[in-house]
Order: sequence, then structure tokens, then C-alpha cells
Amino acid sequence: MSANAAAAEQATNEEQQEFLTFVLGDENYALDIMTVKEIRGYENVTKIANAPDFIKGVINLRGDIVPIIDLRIKFNVGEASYNEFTIVIMLMIGERVVGIVVDEVSDVIKVKESEIKPPPEFGVAFDSAYLHGLTTVKDDMIILVNIQKLISSDELGLFDPNAQAEYE
Amino acid sequence: MSVDMSQFFGVFFEESQEHLDEMEHLLMELSLEAPDIEDLNSIFRAAHSIKGGSGVFGFDALTGLTHVMENILDLARKDELVITKTIVDQLLVTVDTLKNILHCYQNEEEINWAEIETGTIALEQLLKSDDVISADSSQTENGQKDAQNAQAKDEIEGFGLFEHPVTSNDDDFGFFEPLDPVSEEKAYGFYEDEEVKSESDAKTSAPVKTDDDGFGFFDDASGAHQIIPSDDNQSDLKQAPLSSTLSPSANKTASAKQAEPLKSTNANIKGAEKSAPRKVKSENKESSSIRVDTNKIDSLVNLVGELVITQSMIKIVGKEVQGETEEKLEGAIGELSRNIREIQEAVMSMRMLPMSFAFNRFPRVVRDLADKLGKDVNLVIEGGATEIDKGMIEKLVDPLTHLIRNSVDHGIEMPDKRKAAGKTAQGTVILSAQQRGGSILISITDDGAGLNRERILDKAIANGLDVAADIKDADVWNLIFEPGFSTAEAVTDVSGRGVGMDVVRRNIESIGGSVEIESHQGVGSVFRIRLPLTLAIVDGMCVSVGGQTYVIPLTNIIESMQPAKEQIKTLAKDKVLWVRGEYWPLVQMHKLMNIDNAKTNITDAIVVLVETSRKRFGILVDTLEGQQQVVIKSLEQHYKRVPGVAGATIMGDGSVAMILDIESIAAEVKTPSHQEVPIVS
Repeated sequence: MSANAAAAEQATNEEQQEFLTFVLGDENYALDIMTVKEIRGYENVTKIANAPDFIKGVINLRGDIVPIIDLRIKFNVGEASYNEFTIVIMLMIGERVVGIVVDEVSDVIKVKESEIKPPPEFGVAFDSAYLHGLTTVKDDMIILVNIQKLISSDELGLFDPNAQAEYE
Repeated sequence: MSVDMSQFFGVFFEESQEHLDEMEHLLMELSLEAPDIEDLNSIFRAAHSIKGGSGVFGFDALTGLTHVMENILDLARKDELVITKTIVDQLLVTVDTLKNILHCYQNEEEINWAEIETGTIALEQLLKSDDVISADSSQTENGQKDAQNAQAKDEIEGFGLFEHPVTSNDDDFGFFEPLDPVSEEKAYGFYEDEEVKSESDAKTSAPVKTDDDGFGFFDDASGAHQIIPSDDNQSDLKQAPLSSTLSPSANKTASAKQAEPLKSTNANIKGAEKSAPRKVKSENKESSSIRVDTNKIDSLVNLVGELVITQSMIKIVGKEVQGETEEKLEGAIGELSRNIREIQEAVMSMRMLPMSFAFNRFPRVVRDLADKLGKDVNLVIEGGATEIDKGMIEKLVDPLTHLIRNSVDHGIEMPDKRKAAGKTAQGTVILSAQQRGGSILISITDDGAGLNRERILDKAIANGLDVAADIKDADVWNLIFEPGFSTAEAVTDVSGRGVGMDVVRRNIESIGGSVEIESHQGVGSVFRIRLPLTLAIVDGMCVSVGGQTYVIPLTNIIESMQPAKEQIKTLAKDKVLWVRGEYWPLVQMHKLMNIDNAKTNITDAIVVLVETSRKRFGILVDTLEGQQQVVIKSLEQHYKRVPGVAGATIMGDGSVAMILDIESIAAEVKTPSHQEVPIVS
């Protein structure tokens, strides 16, 4: 009884992490809100020659040339359509800024470490190496993405390999 | 109460570096026959400033060495030591050692005490080798002994010279204002003014000397003798009630000095005393320039770039305005763009430094190298005042050093060989910089043997390069830029090691420049480096391909044209363009950049003829959009390098356009096999 109370006590003291949830196709994802620089609408991009198709191109973010990637194309989820509701989350990964195209940004959630369950080995578009875990909010399953690891991964090839080490 | 000294370290390091550079420069300039006293003073001051600073911050390694250096220089400027080449050489070595130590402190590395020890001993040897020093040291001893005797009269002569309230000899010292006893404090401060004035005033140089010598009284009395214009005055002065004329503070200083351990030499004391004039000097400097972190300037450059873009955006929006306001708006935008252009120029000029920043180190390089090789080489520097972007200076130093070393080592022949060829024994290397339109031209000219065609060709064949026997000279010279190409017969520590000419060319191309060679057997060679004025802005031609805008740097463009059908030929399945008697290979932008919806029919498209240091070719685009100055933005900051693209820029409407890297595209271009594409001379 008292042990339970102590555990509950500990749980409330436990540090809560904030995540921004977003939708890709039918799946709910979330990423660490501390990496988010800003959220903006999708605008025309300038294509980069001979880049893979999930790298949409670059935009001018107040004078910085910033790449925009579409995770829907990379992980083959949902439909890669662009309209006035298409959202770009600008992420700050180390010193670099990268924008990701998502279908929808929904909410900010607070998650305690104890509420995070280990990621499944399959059934998710992302390689489990890039996942932080799973959590449930109001009966919805949300996949927590380790966005830093994903963006700086070789798989996306966004950065030169030598520059990559700093972000891992 | 303790102050964190480390916050001043940065300034000290920078200043010391400047002092060392100045010392090196002056030492190189110093004529051995008639050393200029002002130069010696300047070298002394530089050494002294470093010593003072290092003492304050506890950089003991610097203090010791500069101290001995100071002693030598002090004797030299008092004509008690004859400056010889050996001394200058040793002083230069010491400057190098000091640079190393400074570097160690700066990077918090281990200090090489052995090097300092050797340096100090070598310097002290110089002092000992001259019998002057014995006289000096006895004088010093005397001085100290006398100083102990409170306000000894003789030794304070020099001092009394200024402070002396007597009226009889005021006339003789016309340049000192008559002093009365109450203005003693003022008189004391008088030195500071004199120090500054003395730079030009020969007459005042005498008192300055006294001042430098720590009021003269720790020094030898003879110093004072030299200064004093007439013996009458001197005797007058001697009899003056000196102790009473000394201001309290002066008394205090004097006694404080006496309390110092005797083993400290006069130079040490001078160190403390001289801080006042030094301050005056630095204040003068500060009034005309300030130190600014380069990052701050860079961010200013960026912001102005943003401003340029914003202004173009306003201009575009302004076109939509109708009626009376349109006119007003247009006028205001015109005004704005003029102002912005001026701001831009002003900011860019802040980044500009004279080429002499890079050039000044070369007299030393040439001197050392010529000595080592037993050659006689005169380096002539022209156009050191030409201004160039700071970022480029840093990147130019290595390639320039390499080229100059090459000229001295390979270009200039040995003196006897030169005489045999009917030339003067002394070889000449001319390093010059000049501005030509939007670019800087740096040339390194030597009157040596010139490049050896046969040897280069032999080496090329040995390296497995495919060369025709009747290859043009210009193409032969360009072969030396190939990797692994050194015709030096043996690897010496001068040439033929490590970096080759390929690195030189790569470094120059990395800052948007090009290098070409002109050489004549027996007459000499010229290496010409052409560089853009700045790295941050480029004049470009905007072209459109399949709705995407690209920028081609104007420096690469020869002309643009709409090709006629009969000009297009097919060579080994590749299209080439026949223009004025030459075949130009064609690069199709939409293929290169993988763009849809571009014009694929060559006769519908526009060909932009471009040239690089290696090749000339045509680029096929849809339309030309106009010429524009663009601010270069890095793609690598948030993404990575893109092949064929030098960077990106932001257009007037806020969209991003890629700037083409013609040099790297050129590498992909196949030259028609049997058609030698001429190298532009």
C-alpha cells in the first residue's frame, strides 16, 4: 500500500517530456517539441538537381537556404499531395534547419518516461532504430519518433557524412 | 576583487601577433649600413610591448626572450652595438620562436622551453661577442649603485633637464616650455607628448632617448652627455637643487626603482617607465580604428544581403500599385535602393584588406630560401595596397607561398649560371596585385630559366598522361597542375614535398579564381592568378530551364546566342556547336540537372557560351532572364554540397535559385576527341 503510494509519488515527480503530434497518412506520430523551430505552410520549393524524390528541394527561410523533405514519400505512407493545408515542420537538428512535410499537426502532448512503451519491431513505416517508443493518448496510439536520429541518418543522406558525426 | 585576466588574452594575442609581424617587417627592411634610428625604436617598442603584456598576463616564456631581445635592440639604437647580418638573422629566428610560443599560449599547448632556452642563449651570445656589453653592464652597475644613493646628482641630469626650474638655460632648450616649480607635475607628463611628437621632430629625439632610457638615470651618464647641447648647461644643471625640483611622484618612482633587485637590468626598469608613452601611442591608434570581431562583420554582410533581397521584393510588389501612389512609391524605392547599395559597398569594404597583409611575409620567405639555396634574389612587391576580401587573403597565403618558393627554387638560376646566360647575378621575382574590373589579378613573375618543356613532357609520359608530341606550350605548362607532378630532380625541403601545383590550383579555384602560366625558355615565367573581388556577391546571368531559375556567374560567360540549325553538328553522338571556326561542346542543362518541361530542341533554346581555366563549352538553356548581382548563400549550411552547384541565392521574389559551378561542370564535359579546344591565353 505504502509502496504503491511511493511509486505514484515518484511518477508525478517524474519528468514529463513534451511532444508535438503529427499525422502521416493514417498514422499518428510525435516528435520532441524541443527540436521544432516553427511550423509553416507548404510553399513552392526550388528543386535540387539529381536529389532523391523525397527531398523536395530548398526554400528561403529568412535568408537561410533550407532543405524540405517529404517523409510521406520516403516512408511510403499516405499520399504526397500538396495544398493550402499541407504543413511543414521546421526542425532544428544541431546547427542545421530541415523542414519536413506532414499531413497534419494535431497537438502537444506531455508524456512521462514510464508511459513510453518500447517500439514494435514491425508494423510501422519507420525503421524501429529511429523510434523512441509508443504511447497512448485517449485510446489513440502515438508513435514517438527519434527525429534527431532520423534526420541525421545515412538513410536520408541529408548531410555530408563527415558533418554527420556531430549530431549522433 | 580579482579580475579575470583571461578576457584580455585575445586582445593580447592579436596585438602581439601584430607586433611580431611589424618586427619581422622592420627587421627585413633594416639597412645594415645605416640603420634608421626610428626603425630600431619601433622594433624596440614592439618587443617591449610584448614583454610588458606577457609580464602582466604571466606568459613568462615570452617575457624572458623579449627581454634579451630588448637589450640588444637598446644597445643598437644607442649606437653601442653594430647591427650585423648575424644579429638580424638571430633576431628573425627569435621572432619565429616568439610566434611559436604565442601560438602555444593561444592554443594552450605545451611550451617548448628548450627552444626558448636555445634562443635566449643564442641572443646572449650576440651580446657577449661584442665587447660593448661589458662596458654597458658596468655602466648599469654604476647606475644602480648610484641610484641607491638616493637622488644622486649626476645620474639625474637627464631628468633635471626637464624639471629644472632655473631660468638661465631655458633659452638653450627652446623647445621646452619654461617651467616653474609649481608645474612639476605637468612637466613630468611632458614626456608623453614628446614621445609622440618625436616621431617626426629630430630635435626632440634627444629627450625621447632619455625618456626611453627610464629618465636616463639608471643608464650611463654619457647618454645624458650626448643629449645636452652645451656643457655649460650641464654644469648648471648639476648644481641645481635637484632633489627639491623633483616632483613627489617622481621621487617616489625613483625610490621604488631603487628598491628593485639589482640584478634586474636597466631595460627592466625602462619597461615599467615606458608604459606611459606607450599608452599615448595606442590611444592615438584607437581614435582612427577599432577592433571588431569578424563574425560581427559577417553577420552585417548577411543582413545587408537580406536587405537587398527585401528591397527587390518591395520593388516587385510596388509594380502592382496603381495611380498617383505608384509614382511616389517608385521614387521612394529608387532612393531606398541607392541607399542600400551604398550600405552594401560600405559593409563590403569593411571586409576588404590590402593585399600587403598576405604579401608582407614573402620578403622573409624569399630571403631565407635564397640564403639556403645560395642564390641572390630580389623580391619586388607591387600593388600591396590593392584591397581584397579578408576571407580570400587567408586562403591565398598557401598557394602564393608555394608559387613564390617555386619561382625562387626552380625559376631563378644559380648566380654563376645566370652570368653565363648574360643575366645579372641577382634574380628578380616580382609579386604584384592589381584590380582589373571586377577581379583581382595577382602575378608572380621571375626572370629565371622558364619552364622546361622537355622535362615536363617526359614527366607527363612517365606519369602515364596521354600527350601529343606537338602539344602547345600553354597546354604543356598546364600539365604541371596535374596531381603528383613534380619535376624537381630530388625532393628537398624546399620543393618537391607534400603539396604540389595541383593543390595550388585547387585552392585557387575553391575561392572562385583561376591560374594560368606564361613561360619562355631562358627568359622567365609568369604565374597569373585571377580572383573575384569578393566571395559574398557574384554578378550573374539568370537563366531559366523548365521553369527553374539558375544563375551563371558572369565571369564565366563569353556570350549568349540562339543557335541556327546549320551550326549544330553531331560528333560521336554528342552535339557540338560550330561558332566562328571552333567546335563548342554543348551541355544540356535539363539533362545535367534532370529538369522536366525544358526545351529539348536545340534551335529553340539559347546557348550560353562559357569558359573556365580548362575548357570552353556551351550551356543550353530555355531563356535568359537578365543580369543581376546575387548574394551567395551556402547550401552546405543546412544541406550538403550539390554537384555542379556553387551555392544558392535568393531572388527578388523570395524564391531560391541555384548558382552553377561552371568549373565543376567543365570537368564533366567531354571535349571532342580530335578537336583540341584552345586554352584561353
